[in-house]
Amino acid sequence: MMGDAIPAKEADHHYRIMGFCCRGSEIFTPATCTPPPPLFGVCKGGTRRVEALQHFLSKSVAFAEKLPFVCKDPTCLIVSHSQITRLYSRFTSLDKGENGTLSREDFQRIPELAINPLGDRIINAFFPEGEDQVNFRGFMRTLAHFRPIEDNEKSKDQNGPEPLNSRSNKLHFAFRLYDLDKDDKISRDELLQVLRMMVGVNISDEQLGSIADRTIQEADQDGDSAISFTEFVKVLEKVDVEQKMSIRFLH
Amino acid sequence: MAFEPSRRVFQLSRKVTSVVPESCLLILLGLGLGGIVLAIAKRAEYQLEPSMFFLFLLPPIVLDSGYFMPSRLFFDNLGAILTYAVIGTLWNSFATGAALWGVKQAGLMDAGVDAGLMDFLLFGSLISAVDPVAVLAVFEEVHINETLFIIVFGESLLNDAVTVVLYKVFNSFVEMGPAHVQATDYLKGVASFFVVSLGGAAVGLLFAFLLALITRFTKRVRIIEPLFVFLLAYMAYLAAEMVSLSSILAVTFCGICCKKYVEANISRKSRTTVKYTMKTLASSSETVIFMFLGISAVDTSKWAWDTALVLGTLLFILLFRAVGVILQTWVLNRFRLTPLDRIDQVVMSYGGLRGAVAFALVILLDGDKVRAKDYFVATTIVVVFFTVLVQGLTIKPLVKWLKVKRSDHHKPTLNEELHEHAFDHILAAVEDVVGHHGYRYWRDRWEQFDKRYLSQLLMRKSAYRLKDEIWDVYCKLNIRDAISFVDQGGHVLSASRLTLPSMPSRTSMSESSVTNLLRESGSGACLDLQVIDTVRSRRDKEDAVMHHVLCGSLYKPRRRYKASYSRHFISPSTQERQDKEIFQQNMKRRLETFKSTKHNVCSAKSKARLKKDGRKKKKSAANAELPNGKPPRSVTWQQTAAVLVAVDSDDEESDSSETEKEEDEGIVFIARATDAILQGKKASGSLDVCPSPRIIPPSPTSAERELPWKGDRGDLAVYISSETTKIVPVDMQAAWKQSISSLESVASPPGAEPGPHAKTVAGPAPEERQMMPEPRTCFQFPNPLLRSSRSQSAGSPERTEQPELQPLMAPDEHGRMSTSAGPSNSRWLIQFNRPARFSDG
Repeated sequence: MMGDAIPAKEADHHYRIMGFCCRGSEIFTPATCTPPPPLFGVCKGGTRRVEALQHFLSKSVAFAEKLPFVCKDPTCLIVSHSQITRLYSRFTSLDKGENGTLSREDFQRIPELAINPLGDRIINAFFPEGEDQVNFRGFMRTLAHFRPIEDNEKSKDQNGPEPLNSRSNKLHFAFRLYDLDKDDKISRDELLQVLRMMVGVNISDEQLGSIADRTIQEADQDGDSAISFTEFVKVLEKVDVEQKMSIRFLH
Repeated sequence: MAFEPSRRVFQLSRKVTSVVPESCLLILLGLGLGGIVLAIAKRAEYQLEPSMFFLFLLPPIVLDSGYFMPSRLFFDNLGAILTYAVIGTLWNSFATGAALWGVKQAGLMDAGVDAGLMDFLLFGSLISAVDPVAVLAVFEEVHINETLFIIVFGESLLNDAVTVVLYKVFNSFVEMGPAHVQATDYLKGVASFFVVSLGGAAVGLLFAFLLALITRFTKRVRIIEPLFVFLLAYMAYLAAEMVSLSSILAVTFCGICCKKYVEANISRKSRTTVKYTMKTLASSSETVIFMFLGISAVDTSKWAWDTALVLGTLLFILLFRAVGVILQTWVLNRFRLTPLDRIDQVVMSYGGLRGAVAFALVILLDGDKVRAKDYFVATTIVVVFFTVLVQGLTIKPLVKWLKVKRSDHHKPTLNEELHEHAFDHILAAVEDVVGHHGYRYWRDRWEQFDKRYLSQLLMRKSAYRLKDEIWDVYCKLNIRDAISFVDQGGHVLSASRLTLPSMPSRTSMSESSVTNLLRESGSGACLDLQVIDTVRSRRDKEDAVMHHVLCGSLYKPRRRYKASYSRHFISPSTQERQDKEIFQQNMKRRLETFKSTKHNVCSAKSKARLKKDGRKKKKSAANAELPNGKPPRSVTWQQTAAVLVAVDSDDEESDSSETEKEEDEGIVFIARATDAILQGKKASGSLDVCPSPRIIPPSPTSAERELPWKGDRGDLAVYISSETTKIVPVDMQAAWKQSISSLESVASPPGAEPGPHAKTVAGPAPEERQMMPEPRTCFQFPNPLLRSSRSQSAGSPERTEQPELQPLMAPDEHGRMSTSAGPSNSRWLIQFNRPARFSDG
């Protein structure tokens, strides 16, 4: 249907996908797009549309850059049009440099983050390894971790790539906040740093130390005095991570 | 041995109550009692009088449930609760009434049931309400997860308003006679619904405000503080009843809303009094109600049986509740983050228990106007009995069979607590990044309003104390420890066990395994169950201490997602202080990151520093991989980390030891500068990586005195299990034994006892031994907490509490100081803690 239509006559028509539209190689954001959307409206992960979308994206790199979730797995495409629009406008409002990417300073300008004890760690989580700019795609990719898991996704076949919002990916996101040196272990020092961030100053270092020791003891199974990711998962197996790491906005 | 029979009875009763809910047992008991009375007196003597029920029995239960309602959870689910309570009840009563009328019209019912549509609707309204008492009685024992619980229970509390209004409206219609009912009367009925329910809630709020205000000024009359709580809540009930508003709603809202302020205002003893009195009153009322239900049911003179009516009612209430739940859930799930799944719906449908409210309402009916009253009474009794007995009995197996997510009553482990906190922070941050303001926005607004005006008005100035929760818990634990020691009369304990409560961290795993091992083996030496239990409870206490330290001082996320039962509020000052603190720390960190990226000095420095510490091998390795010539713009986690670490260790060293300082001039400068800035506000402006040796036990002798129990456990650890001992180096054990051998001769435990004692405590020792480098930091956990907080937080607000606290803390300290004191020590403890017993709990 719609999916078939796109590849057939893609060059000189103007298309809109998830609020973005394009004419030839020109890309318009949802805001500048006239006439207003939606053509594709909600893109609900049907393979047909995804194929069409990917085909479309392969034609236009610039577009692909701007589009969220150009990850190859269809599951992360399940984001509604209005959400994309809202997130995109949020993205642009954060982007003071107006260069299509966000820097650390852009994030640090968010006032609430300054009073979030883990704020800076979370800001860091938005940035890919070794970079200090993040584009909309990267932005959305990080946010995708916090999408609630839907029922129809739970029963999905295990063959496909794991969606970003799976339990283990959510946990891994949290784990990475602790694991600074990326050795897949939370050492005592790393734990202490996070503890110190999260705990008021009126706890002495000594107490903090014993808390850290105890935490590690509790989780540690292989006796290396550090918490590996498997141990991390194990220790949180009773916690409803799916719920506690989800935001309804990204539903 | 004399206790043997009674123990049997208790064991049996535990078995029975684990299968049969108490409410069922009580009803059966009531039936039996009523039967006896009937047999002797030939007529039913005691009846559940509606006036007694509504005036005296119901209020305590409702107050209790309102006051101890986890308010966060309640308000988070308020939408769902209101939907089920209002729409669900309306649907149930109309559908049931209409369907019964249909059955009657179809001619299936006995001609004796002389009732029209209005009568059936009236009956439908009284039979459709889920009863809070029955629900509470059954669901509390089932331990389903708290969301489900709060929805079912909240519904049962709030739907009372709907029921009572409907009941009154229909009752007046019936009394007027259906022929005379005008269209305006229907409108009045609808309007009265809103008036009654909202008015009831408003009365509750008014009295909650009054109550909070009064408790603010009871400083000199502490003794009557609890009285005010009960008095005003009851006055709310009576006032609402008087103006025929929903009294249940009034008490519920009074309880929910006053709690925060009342708890902050009244003294600790009053808090305990209120808590226990309320619980006692509520459970007494509950017992009386169920007993009377049983007794009343025996009186067959009021019965008039009609099979079609009874069966029809049973069928319809089950059917329509299920249909209603499914339909409403379908709608609600579109708005919920965590949808209620099918299993939840089954439990909710099945958990619609009817109880004493329905019974009281049906008894209240006027027999002259409602001619089918006797049939309705019989049907109501059957329905109540069926729901409480059959559904109450089967709901537990059902929940088990359906694998409903239970509320896990395992104590949250330290890890869970920590990481969940981190999750909350992460979510808050992501929401801020996304710029999302949902309905939580309004909650924030409300909290701000509360912080600025309400709390100022309703709370004592002294209620802004910091951290008082922690201190309270701390006192409590100490007192309980001491009391438990005294209660055991020292016949079990050796002097050295005094230090047990303050024993350092032990892993729960090894602990429980040891306990299990002891239970299973059942060897003669450890048959004393008390010993096992105390050891277990001590571990729990330790956990509790740790948890409360954490929960008191972990930064609260701006929006907490899961409300908990124990901490309902963040004291506003804490919030502000916390914001300031975090802000400063974040800024400091950013500044450092900024500096390091500009000059790119720190990473090299930090590497050098990291290598010094033996435990940081991995990190330094990771750092070494880092290319030094990286473009300064790109800040990775690694670099940030490196900087943090560097500064931390500097902080520590500049505080404590002067070693290895010279080579780090540059970075020391940075660290000190920032430290100096923050010095005014922070006790230790650092992210210390290692526990700093700043706080050392007062004297080496006191540390030595602690050794006996360390060693005690240490040398006995050898024969516990291969699993726990494998980590312990043998030479270390030897060293330990040596070091304590002299002290053991002074404080040697009685010969008969060491077996169980040693075994139970020995398990976790190896883990502690792993931390040999700084044994003090981990060995005397609670004590340093006291000591250090006292020494460090001079000038901080909890300072004001110290005079009150010191005596309570003292037993613990003295206990450990004089481990070898033996009997004299225990006497000392008795003196100290007997007076404090009242405040326990």
